[in-house]
Amino acid sequence: MDVRTAKKKFIGQRITRNEDPRLLTGQALFVDDVHLPDMLHAAFLRSDYAHARILSIDTSTARERTGVVAVYSAEDMGDFWQEGPLLVPPPTSVEGAIFHKRGQIPLAKDKVRHAGEPIAVVIAHSRYMAEDALADILVEFEPIDPVINLERALGSDAPLVHDDLESNLAAHVVQEKGNYEEAKAKADLVISRRFNIDRGAAAAMENRGVVASWDDKAQELTMWDTTQAPIPIRNGTAAMLGLSEHQVRVIAPFVGGGFGPKIMMFQPEEVLVPWVAIKLNRPIKWIEDRRENFLATTQERSQVHDSEIALTRDGRILGVKDIFIHDTGAYDPYGMTVPLNTQCHAMGTYDVPNFYTEVKMAFTNKMIVTPVRGAGRPQGIYVIERLLDLATKELGLDPIEIRKRNFIPPDKFPYEHNIIDQAFTPLILDSGNYQPLIEKAAAMIDYEHFINEEQPKLRAEGKYAGIGIVAFIETTGVGPYEGARITVGASGQVNVVTGVGTQGQGHFTSFAQIVADQLGVEVRDIHVVTGDTAQFHWGTGTFASRGAVVAGNAINAAAGNVRAKILKLGSKLLNVPEEELELAEGQVRVADLPEQSISLGELAVIANPLRGTVDPGTEPGLESTDYFGPQYGATAAGVHAMILEVDPETMMVEIKRYVTVEDCGTVLNPLILEGQIQGGVSMGIGNAFYEQLVYDEDTGQLLNASFMDYLIARSTDMPPRIEMGHQETPSPLNPLGSKGAGEAGAIPVPALFAQALENALADYNLEILETPLSPNRLFELLHKKEN
Amino acid sequence: MSEFATVTVTVNGTEHQRLVEARMLLSDFLRHELGLTGTHVGCEHGVCGTCTVLLDGESVRSCLMFAVQADGHQVTTVEGLGTIEEMHPLQQAFQEAHGLQCGYCTPGFLMTLLPFLEQNPDPTEEEIREAISGNLCRCTGYQKIVEAAKLAVDKMAAEG
Amino acid sequence: MKPAPFEYFAPNSVEEALALLAEHGYEAKVLAGGQSLIPTMNFRLAQPAVLVDLNRVSELFYIDPYPKSDGVTIGAMTRESQVEHSSLVAERAPLVSEAMPHIAHEQIRHRGTFGGCMAHADPAAELPTVAVALKANMKVRNQSGERWIPSEEFFLSLFTTAMMPDELLVEVAIPPLPPRTGYSFMEVARRHGDYALIGVATTVTLNSKNECEEARLVYVNGGDHPFNAQAATGLLKGQALTSDAIEAAAETAAAQDVEPPTDIHASADYRRHLVKVLTRRSLTQAAQQATGQGD
Repeated sequence: MDVRTAKKKFIGQRITRNEDPRLLTGQALFVDDVHLPDMLHAAFLRSDYAHARILSIDTSTARERTGVVAVYSAEDMGDFWQEGPLLVPPPTSVEGAIFHKRGQIPLAKDKVRHAGEPIAVVIAHSRYMAEDALADILVEFEPIDPVINLERALGSDAPLVHDDLESNLAAHVVQEKGNYEEAKAKADLVISRRFNIDRGAAAAMENRGVVASWDDKAQELTMWDTTQAPIPIRNGTAAMLGLSEHQVRVIAPFVGGGFGPKIMMFQPEEVLVPWVAIKLNRPIKWIEDRRENFLATTQERSQVHDSEIALTRDGRILGVKDIFIHDTGAYDPYGMTVPLNTQCHAMGTYDVPNFYTEVKMAFTNKMIVTPVRGAGRPQGIYVIERLLDLATKELGLDPIEIRKRNFIPPDKFPYEHNIIDQAFTPLILDSGNYQPLIEKAAAMIDYEHFINEEQPKLRAEGKYAGIGIVAFIETTGVGPYEGARITVGASGQVNVVTGVGTQGQGHFTSFAQIVADQLGVEVRDIHVVTGDTAQFHWGTGTFASRGAVVAGNAINAAAGNVRAKILKLGSKLLNVPEEELELAEGQVRVADLPEQSISLGELAVIANPLRGTVDPGTEPGLESTDYFGPQYGATAAGVHAMILEVDPETMMVEIKRYVTVEDCGTVLNPLILEGQIQGGVSMGIGNAFYEQLVYDEDTGQLLNASFMDYLIARSTDMPPRIEMGHQETPSPLNPLGSKGAGEAGAIPVPALFAQALENALADYNLEILETPLSPNRLFELLHKKEN
Repeated sequence: MSEFATVTVTVNGTEHQRLVEARMLLSDFLRHELGLTGTHVGCEHGVCGTCTVLLDGESVRSCLMFAVQADGHQVTTVEGLGTIEEMHPLQQAFQEAHGLQCGYCTPGFLMTLLPFLEQNPDPTEEEIREAISGNLCRCTGYQKIVEAAKLAVDKMAAEG
Repeated sequence: MKPAPFEYFAPNSVEEALALLAEHGYEAKVLAGGQSLIPTMNFRLAQPAVLVDLNRVSELFYIDPYPKSDGVTIGAMTRESQVEHSSLVAERAPLVSEAMPHIAHEQIRHRGTFGGCMAHADPAAELPTVAVALKANMKVRNQSGERWIPSEEFFLSLFTTAMMPDELLVEVAIPPLPPRTGYSFMEVARRHGDYALIGVATTVTLNSKNECEEARLVYVNGGDHPFNAQAATGLLKGQALTSDAIEAAAETAAAQDVEPPTDIHASADYRRHLVKVLTRRSLTQAAQQATGQGD
């Protein structure tokens, strides 16, 4: 059944979530809720230095402390100590690409490369006691000058983060489309600027955690892990420990927010906890605390761009050039996913015929960079939207007009950009219709009225209000694939199992809606299991806004197969052709004579006889396993608009109105989609105006490793209402027609803030070339202008 | 040894007595001594509000109290609010309005909103936002939490 | 982030508490609301060997009228939320009531104590600033007896008060404002409930000619402890509170009186700028309120 054309009863409905009662009553299992008899607790000694040689580690006093069962350093790990794997290969298909792999290490050996890097682990009867023992461990350091600033990192005199390399260059990738220099020669206007983009954290409310339990008699390892990728964790952990995959079970139970860093795999703690569990034959629990989360959970965003745009005097883009340094931190296990995303988004929603992009990835003495909601896309969008905004000032065009003149027109899809994306496929935008998005957003926020009437009126009252409107794409739903197994149970309840994990996206409900449409069963009677490798063990995980698209389509396929089986068996038993049957209310029945029915539960029992014979090729029960892998990722798009007011004396900013118009193809559950976008916007507002991980350039210390000083937007910092518009341009790449939307809310916000602030402070002719901002930074920028 | 102390505390109407280290945080006591894992831990420095519980009916950060300080007091956690079969109108409102995504911060919001709504049966949206300004959420952007609170106002009024 | 072990005592009276402090000296730390102390203990930045928990010392929980005056006395262990909702405080020390909602969030104020906040002496906190603005007096006690320390002498520097290690703050006494006094509390913070980048507690007392009899300008984060801005308030004495006079005072306060810190949230320059802006705004508000009062 093609869900796009069939009459949808459940897909597209605002159905409240199956999982909520458990979560709301405190009955949901999170990793720290796991309690096993004889369980021991781990605490990690972490480096205070950002860069130092380790001369000696003395754990003897720690081992003597009452309550301590074991202490391990790199030396104690023996052969088990190894450099972590390369999780994402580099884009070898790009000509001339250079990449130096340096995987994360489980415990520091001769050197520490970032503040917070783990040096030793203490196992004790309680976390309290384990932390007491950390103070007993004596480490002799020889500090080295840390490398923090990106340009300095690539300079010839920089200390080396990795001594066996010639420099701190981790990677170098150049991609080209057309010929930028030729295009530039023909341009009426060329604008070049440097953009500085700085780091932020994902800061999910639940910190990371791992519990591992080894059953020596059964020779089985069970792990509870806050991971977004339980299946790869299982496979890799089994390999590392010399076990076969079926001896390891990884469960990602309810997870309190992922946002990217929990897809980072084989982090030191994840590798060590199961190893210790087997070594000591005791269950081991490690729960990260908030300080550790800031220091040692992956982060993202910092880049320095030297960007250029060449245009005609009508504002048509002839070409874009973007040369940037990307900060990968102390290691680069996640390959080039983030900077590739940046490259692929630096052309935005526009028809850009010539594009030159060059990235140099630099090792620094900071925590590793891996995707955080947006995953490099916000930086690319920041570059292109800023360049266009700067062009509007020179050309006398307004921000909406210049965008309309450059949008990829709807008849040019699928649009090929000819550069490689994070999934190593050529960047092709599958479908889209951009002009209506900006028109709708402009109408929703009353753009003309604000510019012509409200803004001048407010200025006359001494109020500095500004408006911004920006457009963005988001590549989503990337491969390789996901799978699902659907089984109708004897009670009529339908069980759905898939390999991805869930960190709040509502999979238990949205996936059920897909199945409900195929099988005619109520959403509440469909039980979804995610993130348990014992139940399903093929797949990669929740990342890159792909869960609903890829797993959703696998579920749709499997459900379609089950539907076919139901119709076939139902037809036989009810003695009518399949076309005359319908699936509704948990039954298969004759459409015109609904009393002639069999409940799906009964049918499932009939399909699984305990005695007798079956025809060759029969599969028992009403069950199907199927997979889905997209040809390439579907591209969603959107426009955000905002009105803000700046107090020109205090520099405090208040968001007055916020509008989003999102096109992510077929929407499974609008209630859930709204939640995703609103949450993304709050993170984007953080990225734009509140959140910045501040590393001291001299010492490499993270200065704000707590919620007191790392500022997350509160309820009172958000706009009074996020007004949301929708458009559905279905993707031709999957039967559901869906595109992802998990990261969309965050992507355009820094660019939006920049435009709106410049608009509010137009009298000062401010140019905003950096993100994040703050009242303090606005003060500095304005006062630099005055002087 | 005065590093330990006895705490006798009534949690959700049931009295418990334990001998614990004085330094054990109330959040850890509730979760691991009493097995009431509905109260979650987000930061252990009093900013995120995830660990919010009621002490004698008032919202407090359980990570900023030692368990022994609760001796002789009444504590209410999310488990005392309702059950899966019979949710409190506030919990029902959260489900209907999609006021939670990952659910980790949610118990803290519920225990903050409960006394607030009981004492302010007709709050403005601004007042609701201020009431929850001490609780961080990373998933929702707060909008649907505010909507859930407004819906709860109606539901709680209907219950009388 | 679990705290280090400590010996725990929960006395029931001030006398018992003082005996414990005398016995354990520098090893002991007083636990009042815990909203500042416990986070630092969880981070292991503070690792006191002994904790003296005052939460059972019921004699320190009170809000009473000041004997024979229109002032108010607040017991050191009174919860911030009690002070916030007290009609007696609203009537007799309204500047305190104005400042209370700015202190962190409700959950913190349910445990945090009025005296604990004073004794902690964080220049970024609101209450020490308000105490100095209102010329509050601090009653401290040790085993030898009691003494009063005027608030201007109580806060010495960052986290440091004039108390000795064996002394406990037991009460804050707030005198009434003189007639024809207007007041104002303002702060600029990154987010609602955050520590202020800069805040100001202002009082303006007018004479019969509507000139400034006395002004007090005390800042949150204006230095390592709260103090009255001498130069700025000196300028205003005897002056009519025109916008020029107010502007001059604002500039003087920013340029001469304050020494604000630079940290990751704000530079000293930006903070000085905020001092100027908030001084002007709060003086204007306080002056308007004072003239509105009549005699």
